[in-house]
Amino acid sequence: MGDLGGFFMKQFIGFLRKEFLHIFRDPRTMVIIFGIPIVQLMLFGKVISTDIQNVKIGILDQSHDNTTKKITSKLLSSGYFVLAKELQPGEDVEEVFRKGIAKMVVNFGPNFEQNLERDGKQDVQLLADASDPNTARILTSYAGGIINDYVKKEKLQNIQLPNQINIEVRMLYNEGLKSVYMFVPGIMAMILMLISAMMTSISISKEKELGTMEVLLASPLKPIQIVLGKVTPYLLLSFINALTIILLGVFVFGVPIKGSFFLLMGESFLFIMMALSLGILISTVAPNQMVAMFISLLGLMLPTILLSGFIFPIRNMPLPLQIVSNIIPPRWFIVIIRNIMLKGTGILYIWKETLVLVFMSFTFIALSIKNFKIRLE
Amino acid sequence: MNPYPDFRQKSPPLEGLGEANQKVIEVRDLVKKFGSFVANDHLNFDVYKGEIFGFLGANGAGKTTAMKILCGLSSPTSGKVKVAGFDIYKETEKVKRNIGYMSQKFSLYEDLTIAENIRFYSGIYGIKPAERKVKMEQLLKNLDIESARDSLIGSLPLGWKQKLAFSVAIFHDPKIVFLDEPTGGVDPITRRKFWDLIYEASDRGITVFVTTHYMDEAEYCNRVSIMNEGKIEALDTPENLKQQYGVKNMDEVFLKIARNKE
Repeated sequence: MGDLGGFFMKQFIGFLRKEFLHIFRDPRTMVIIFGIPIVQLMLFGKVISTDIQNVKIGILDQSHDNTTKKITSKLLSSGYFVLAKELQPGEDVEEVFRKGIAKMVVNFGPNFEQNLERDGKQDVQLLADASDPNTARILTSYAGGIINDYVKKEKLQNIQLPNQINIEVRMLYNEGLKSVYMFVPGIMAMILMLISAMMTSISISKEKELGTMEVLLASPLKPIQIVLGKVTPYLLLSFINALTIILLGVFVFGVPIKGSFFLLMGESFLFIMMALSLGILISTVAPNQMVAMFISLLGLMLPTILLSGFIFPIRNMPLPLQIVSNIIPPRWFIVIIRNIMLKGTGILYIWKETLVLVFMSFTFIALSIKNFKIRLE
Repeated sequence: MNPYPDFRQKSPPLEGLGEANQKVIEVRDLVKKFGSFVANDHLNFDVYKGEIFGFLGANGAGKTTAMKILCGLSSPTSGKVKVAGFDIYKETEKVKRNIGYMSQKFSLYEDLTIAENIRFYSGIYGIKPAERKVKMEQLLKNLDIESARDSLIGSLPLGWKQKLAFSVAIFHDPKIVFLDEPTGGVDPITRRKFWDLIYEASDRGITVFVTTHYMDEAEYCNRVSIMNEGKIEALDTPENLKQQYGVKNMDEVFLKIARNKE
């Protein structure tokens, strides 16, 4: 029995050696496995970021009193804004936008401090370049927040206004509303789907396409050895990628891991297993590499990007899409990752999502076995 | 001029096969259905040790289906099949250890070198490294490609690939080697060179079971069976079949059988 087991392992190791040769000899595979994860994370983290940072603004100060100067310095020291130009009264404000000098202009009217202290109320005009409406909205709300905050704390302490409701907003778990916090879990889900599901399905259907699968099946290799041999390299590589993404997230983008690191890796492992079984399932349906790639891209990548809550919140989707999103595995994984990394919750709060992933894995494996048997008969 | 002089001489007469006409493949009432479609309709035949058995038929005649059943790639609907002395239902593992298989699209990995491919297949069949090295040297010398040992398969000409795929398929000295249209896409001269290898294997006692639709290849076989619509319509030596149908070559035999059906 020991000899038989040894032979089984030798066959398996020989198979693995071949698989790694395939991977390391194919530049496209190498790029997908090692290039794309890093590029994606950098792209989403740095370039497509919706964060406001060092945005150029203009100041049109018609009072030049203490209060306006303090507010200006508050704005400029917030890190969100830098001063591009001080405008003089009567200057053409639109010119600033047209020439692209600034994205927003803050206009303090004359006698700002006097009016504020006398009436307890004074207007500030915020002009924003709304050719990019999203950014304009965020800029004005940030600036408005900073100004109000200053006025309330410094100026209105002694003035009691009846029935005034102060709304204090605190963004828990992501106080800076940093979009990279949202992207790291999403990108992890996407990359792991890409490598585990897509690469496995392509690699298995490649053997079918080239006719080598029949040779393997006619050999003493057991089907389980073939499947494990195909899947193990991608399991390893996916795991390395999961680690890389988390490390980049933590050390480059400062995303916290508030919960247990081991739980995080355990859940990642579960998700990888789920994606691998999905990859096997795809390969039982796809007759060649092309089809496998299309099924993976259209059937997995698009829903992962659009329906998993990675970019668009599920709550804002029309009801039918919300229902569909339930069968998208990354949807559950993203919830798990956000909970562990940002909220620091333990397994007690994510056991439902975990069970969904376990259930999905078993379903995909069962379907694969069924398809495989039909093919053999 | 006779296009096949060498092989006529080399091909041993069936009676001379010896070893008491030991059966290596026995097929009795093999039926394979896909839904209501009958791909193999009660096939009955035996293949003897060392024989080159041609399995002919038009595309869709059911020859690939039957061959897949013999290789354990597919299971029959009913019937009794023994390959290399083992029952294909109960002793699939033993059957697989004793056969070699070469698929239509040859079967080597294009992105691996010759040596890497041989190493991989040796590992699957449990050939020890020391034995593998000796046999590999022999193989490379035999095919006269010693210099190409570390070339990727993808960079070799098709004729070489087919010869290599065949040599790898019999690397573990199987009792039977199954060849599924092994010489697709090459010219008759390259095909004849390929058949030199088949004769060598047959001389070593390896039974060769080959499907083809090239009629020149049919002439090279010891015996051929001709399938049509899931049934075996004829089974004999090429000589006897030509006499029986009163024609000069296998091409005409094949056409006559196909026409009789219609």
